Amino acid sequence: MGLTAKERMAIERHSMAEQPAGFRNRNFEEVPYGYTPDEAVAEAQRCLSCKNRPCVSGCPVEVPIPEFIALVTEKRFTEAARLIKTKNVLPAVCGRVCPQETQCEAVCIQGKKDKTQAVAIGNLERFAADFERENNPMEAPEVQDKNGLKVAIIGSGPSGLTVAGDLIRFGYEVTIYEAFHRGGGVLVYGIPEFRLPKKVVETEIKALEDTGVTIHYNSVIGRLYTVDDLFKRLGFSAVFIGVGAGLPIFLDIPGMNLNGVFSANEYLTRSNLMKSYLFPQYKTPVIVGKGVAVIGGGNVAMDSARTAIRLGAEKVTIVYRRAREQMPARAAEVHHAEEEGIEFRLLSSPVEIFRNDQGWVTGMKCQRYELGEPDESGRRRPVPIENSFFEFDCDLVVVSIGGKANPLITRTTPDMEVNKWGYIVTDPWGRTSKRSVYAGGDIVTGAATVISSMGAGRRAAKAIHEDLTKENDETFTPDWW
Amino acid sequence: MYELVEKSEIFNVHKMVIKAPGIADSMKPGQFCIIMATEFSERIPMTVSDWSTDTGTITIYALELGISTLELARMKVGGSLYAVTGPLGTPSEIRHYGTVVLGGGCYGIGGIYPIAKACKEAGNEVISIVEARYSPMFYHEKELQQVSNQVFYATSDGSRGKKGKVEDVIAEMLERGARVDQAFFMGCTQMLERCSEATRPIGIPTKVALNSIMLDGTGMCGACRVTVGGETKFACVDGPEFDGHKVDWRELQQRKSAYTEQEAVVYQSLSHECLAEKKLRGEL
Ligand SMILES: Cc1cc2nc3c(=O)[nH]c(=O)nc-3n(C[C@H](O)[C@H](O)[C@H](O)COP(=O)(O)OP(=O)(O)OC[C@H]3O[C@@H](n4cnc5c(N)ncnc54)[C@H](O)[C@@H]3O)c2cc1C
Ligand SMILES: Cc1cc2nc3c(=O)[nH]c(=O)nc-3n(C[C@H](O)[C@H](O)[C@H](O)COP(=O)(O)OP(=O)(O)OC[C@H]3O[C@@H](n4cnc5c(N)ncnc54)[C@H](O)[C@@H]3O)c2cc1C
Ligand code: SF4
Ligand code: SF4
Ligand code: FES
Repeated sequence: MGLTAKERMAIERHSMAEQPAGFRNRNFEEVPYGYTPDEAVAEAQRCLSCKNRPCVSGCPVEVPIPEFIALVTEKRFTEAARLIKTKNVLPAVCGRVCPQETQCEAVCIQGKKDKTQAVAIGNLERFAADFERENNPMEAPEVQDKNGLKVAIIGSGPSGLTVAGDLIRFGYEVTIYEAFHRGGGVLVYGIPEFRLPKKVVETEIKALEDTGVTIHYNSVIGRLYTVDDLFKRLGFSAVFIGVGAGLPIFLDIPGMNLNGVFSANEYLTRSNLMKSYLFPQYKTPVIVGKGVAVIGGGNVAMDSARTAIRLGAEKVTIVYRRAREQMPARAAEVHHAEEEGIEFRLLSSPVEIFRNDQGWVTGMKCQRYELGEPDESGRRRPVPIENSFFEFDCDLVVVSIGGKANPLITRTTPDMEVNKWGYIVTDPWGRTSKRSVYAGGDIVTGAATVISSMGAGRRAAKAIHEDLTKENDETFTPDWW
Repeated sequence: MYELVEKSEIFNVHKMVIKAPGIADSMKPGQFCIIMATEFSERIPMTVSDWSTDTGTITIYALELGISTLELARMKVGGSLYAVTGPLGTPSEIRHYGTVVLGGGCYGIGGIYPIAKACKEAGNEVISIVEARYSPMFYHEKELQQVSNQVFYATSDGSRGKKGKVEDVIAEMLERGARVDQAFFMGCTQMLERCSEATRPIGIPTKVALNSIMLDGTGMCGACRVTVGGETKFACVDGPEFDGHKVDWRELQQRKSAYTEQEAVVYQSLSHECLAEKKLRGEL
């Protein structure tokens, strides 16, 4: 193991083997196969164990990166996974879906000269977590004696699962209310199987249930019970709201309600949660489409486009208003989409969707854009080019230009403050303006990331525990945090 | 979970009484549930026609049309549904209107019952009008009579009540000079449209319970969007009841037909034992 820094720096980054593009774009199996143990060790050896740990500060939940990587070099894979889990309870998920290139890997010393040569922290995290899951019976975490207090969690996305995982260990009775018939939030209804196998999420949820968390599925809070009901009728001492953003935005152009126009939420929920990619064994239909146009440039757009091609579309086009460098999607997903034959029409935005007599989509008219002056965010603003239009044929349009806050809960909880966009206002620890009600994840920040939602969940769990037990900060923080 | 405790069939309409205590506790008139018969099923919306907090049950009337309602029809008492989510939708607005007319066809015959009941309790004069192809196809009759001041029947073949449809009964009532302060309609889309046209000329405030295609039922997907008064609304959260004089009916009909082809495929993929034979053998 005694490699010198120089030797470590001479090793090229190990990429993961993948299904070939022309093959995988017709199936829903995961794209990368993951590292072999030897590859993982070799990649881990590239880490310089930097004293000042820049990578750790790039990670929103401060995973002890050099330390877990050191364990990987010693082939202590399970220990590595468990070390990661002290900070991040879903490493198999985050290793796969974190935008590493803007977080941990962005500041890795190995990538200083050449970004593509950062240590593959995400891949290693994924490897360690997969190894643990596949080779060990789940280790039951230590759970403190029951303290007799009940906490309700609304939503089983990454933020809700994190709160549940932390509070059950503190000795609370934890009940999750989930609107759908399956848990995981966007991890199961949004992100497709080929990017995040559902068994990974299921294992995590099963583990939570094994530690005593109760999940009530098919339970839409705001309808079944209000937040006040949870306190008054059901006797909870605190409520955490982690319901995600979840309201689709459509464009304000003619043709948005035609047959064949879907929100990405609908398209992906049909395919992922309802498994219409296995139609007709699973009975929820999805329309395949010959020519599919996906509007947007984020992860959601990439997932929709790559789902469309797998479902059997002949041609899939992404239409995005800004330039390629400005796409908010993970770099790996844009790259994968391109490899899979998805076409990009950048600096373009639809102005009209055409129809036939039966009310079905037949094509789209777009306006061309160019980049103008930078806006407040520093990104160069796209401005429409006058009289510059083009048209193309398509029979299916997936709109993935973002979402809004779902008002189901906030409307029925009028004494809780929301901002002008409808997102719940909280302090940095997730406390809302309503006593004993906490919130985190996309319903607070707007569409964000899995790891930031988990970070919010962890802070809220800590605040809940502090507020309910009135213990103070440092004294109680257990070592597994 | 969600045990089927009682089941009966009136022609193609299946009455199902389902154990769901939490839902029964929170249910209000005009709301619905989303149901999956099995893990492999579609999520389909069903109006809740009756519920009891004593027995912790809800009652739905499912009209057998395609695969998903067929799966419900095939369920046996004692078996369990995979998922029942509810209550969903905005409850009907119940207040003292004066005279309220409620029109129901197919599943709406059962569906208008809780609205009628609540309107009656709020002190309204309740007139219920139900339509069917012929006389034996009416159901939930006694219950509806109990909560209505009057019940009118309309049949396509004239075997009971007026020969015709709900809107024909309304036309007759209006000719007689009856005063109607509020109308509610529930049934297939064509019926809702026809009834709305009947109340439009004299400006009777009219609510229709729309039945667009739904997926999540929480406002998350937009599958259920309808145009009402030129604005896009999500039927599962903003509705299902809307002003019948403002609905874009053509768009709704078109959107409802979106999956006709796939529905045929999945229906044919079923193992097709003869249902009539099964019924004779007492297996259904
Ligand atoms: C298609 C897609 C791809 C993405 N890709 C990535 C990626 O690659 N990397 C990344 O980091 N992030 C990605 N994201 C973003 C990330 O998934 C979200 O930021 C994250 O899941 C938000 O977590 P959350 O806990 O706030 O809620 P969510 O994951 O949104 O879960 C909320 C849960 O609450 C439930 N719920 C909602 N309303 C109610 C109610 N009234 N009562 C009960 N339950 C309710 C919902 O059913 C859902 O299960 C992606 C998002 C999408 C949609
Ligand atoms: C809020 C709401 C409440 C509802 N309440 C009830 C209820 O209480 N009871 C009930 O039986 N149904 C109700 N419906 C309608 C029900 O959800 C659909 O009929 C059901 O989803 C059909 O599923 P399927 O797979 O059996 O039939 P599908 O395979 O979807 O349809 C089979 C065929 O029937 C046609 N079809 C579909 N719907 C209708 C219709 N309404 N009238 C005529 N033809 C149609 C289709 O175009 C298709 O050709 C409600 C719908 C909504 C939105
Ligand atoms: S959780 Fe995400 S950001 Fe943090 S180390 Fe892991 S992959 Fe990087
Ligand atoms: S910055 Fe990179 S090289 Fe340095 S410790 Fe972190 S992962 Fe290792
Ligand atoms: S059914 Fe999804 S938004 Fe209404």
